[in-house]
Amino acid sequence: MLNSDAFDLRKYVSRNPQSVAVWIALFALIAFGVLRYDNFGGAYNFSSFLNYNSMFIVISMGMCFVIITGGIDLSVGSVAAFTSVIAAYLSPYGLEVALPLAVLAGAAFGAFNAFCIIALRIPPFIATLATMLGAKGGALVISGASTIAVDWGSNFTRMGMEKAFNLFPWSIVIVAIVGVMLWIILETTSLGRTILAIGGGEDASTLMGLKVNRAKAFVYMVSGGCAGLAGVILASGFGAGQPLEGIAWELSAIASVVVGGTLLTGGLGSIPATVAGALLLGLVFNILNFENGRGTISFSAYWQMVIRGGFLFAVILFQTRMTKGRKAKGAAT
Amino acid sequence: MSQSNQTHASLKIGPLLRDHGGVVALIIILAFNILFTPNFLQLQTLFVNISQVATIAIVAMGMTLVIATGGIDLSVGAVMALAGALAPLIFQSQFGVDYPALGIAAAIVVPLLAAAACGLFNGLMVAVLNVQPIIATLILFISGRGIAQVLTNGNLQTFNNKSFSYLGTGQILGLPFQGWLALAIAVVLFLVITHTIFGRYVLAIGGNERAARLSGGPVAQVKIGVYMICAGLSGIAGLIVVAINSASDAARNGNLMELDAIAAAVVGGALLQGGRAPIFGAILGAVIIQLVKYTLLANGVEDEVALIAKAGIILAAVYVQQARKE
Repeated sequence: MLNSDAFDLRKYVSRNPQSVAVWIALFALIAFGVLRYDNFGGAYNFSSFLNYNSMFIVISMGMCFVIITGGIDLSVGSVAAFTSVIAAYLSPYGLEVALPLAVLAGAAFGAFNAFCIIALRIPPFIATLATMLGAKGGALVISGASTIAVDWGSNFTRMGMEKAFNLFPWSIVIVAIVGVMLWIILETTSLGRTILAIGGGEDASTLMGLKVNRAKAFVYMVSGGCAGLAGVILASGFGAGQPLEGIAWELSAIASVVVGGTLLTGGLGSIPATVAGALLLGLVFNILNFENGRGTISFSAYWQMVIRGGFLFAVILFQTRMTKGRKAKGAAT
Repeated sequence: MSQSNQTHASLKIGPLLRDHGGVVALIIILAFNILFTPNFLQLQTLFVNISQVATIAIVAMGMTLVIATGGIDLSVGAVMALAGALAPLIFQSQFGVDYPALGIAAAIVVPLLAAAACGLFNGLMVAVLNVQPIIATLILFISGRGIAQVLTNGNLQTFNNKSFSYLGTGQILGLPFQGWLALAIAVVLFLVITHTIFGRYVLAIGGNERAARLSGGPVAQVKIGVYMICAGLSGIAGLIVVAINSASDAARNGNLMELDAIAAAVVGGALLQGGRAPIFGAILGAVIIQLVKYTLLANGVEDEVALIAKAGIILAAVYVQQARKE
């Protein structure tokens, strides 16, 4: 049922001014980087950038689903750390075993979140905050609080280390497939419309007879599954399951989603714009690294956190102005 | 939990847990410790627990005020790190060494001002820009610790300063100074909530923000006020942690404190929807959180498992509370 006009470019532009702004900013930043730095457009930077950011892109897409329903998932970083350990343990059996099982483990955390939120009526941020703790504790317990080396003999590390068509890392290819699937689900299926409707008004959606609980369970499981995939990419790309990784990933994901124009109050959001937001955020750090390399500025790693927070702040400021303007024009809701 | 109540068949367990869940939990934990934890009934145990619970209690009281307005503050731990990082920088600076008394005073006042500024930022985001509290405070949750680490270059700052360490190691009547401080703060906040117009508005905003605004209440100012109080109290807690350790570690100071504080506030009876500010409940909640930590540690349970236990407590407390509402 491809009757949605989401794929019509002209309507997309008129409806999502912020998304378009993000795409323009993204291309402008890429052009800036290519002109200013010698190796910026080189194959090495290209593929290592995509490989590293594929993790953030995939958790941002899951987060986008959750935020559209008006919820939040703070557990994604810990869940990714947990599944990276699972994937590392399963790596001797090959990617075809480790990948689905680790994603399932992530989705199981998502199901737990959904259970707490839907059945126990615990607010999403408390439920997912608790899962964040639980998954972190779980990752440390099963790994003995140390990194778990993957099996280099199997095909497991090919996903993170080798390239498809000698161009793209396999990780980004898999993330792209997931992204297209999620995009289609959101824009063309009744499940997708229910997800958007929940964010617009949960009670109204229930009264309209939409399957609200099923859709909510779905978004948290998608977010958990996406975090699970990020964990596999982490283990595969860096050669180890890392129980201590994932700190502040939820923040990056939320920032990416917001940058992409998704309203934090829910009801509106887009997968491509979220991907653009994640790429933009990643690119800012990539360019800062290059600046560091040229010696024009000298940032310690600690600045990353400050900049990340500042970036989120700037976007929120921008978004509050946008929504205010929209309301003033009477075009809101 | 239900087993311990089986002997009193006439007692309704559900309502008892709902209305006095905190007290019941406290009694169960104490009973467990007296039975199973070696050397639990010692003055030393009391001393250790009071000196550690004070920081949780102080932050939890601030969190209780924020939650009473229907908000939340995720940045408390980061604010602790920031205040804790500033203090040694000041009293170990040339100025602090030249004028020790002034240096100590500045090392307490300046970090608290910085903390209050963080609270002002959070408050402005929430009250003026209408950003949801979770997102608004998420900004400093991450940047605040980053700023603290940038200031100290990520280094551990150790020091040997008796007068500053009094904040965390001093004693009054044989009990830790910070315990008395927490108690004093509780009394002041209790009076503020029950006896001032500010306190009444805190509860009114949480009860029904629209009504509070329509009745002409200074909603924005009160909201900014509670975030500033919460951040200021976090700053105090950050200083105490640094004083206890005679060292400031921006990466660890206040790490995961937001969870402890939210859990303590909720266990103490704060409603996440707002409208209630049980200050002494927050202390009860903090004592429970601390005792659970102590019990697990004293019985040789690993830290990692303790994390999972804490997650369970938070979920259970909020679940019981939701049941009360309905």
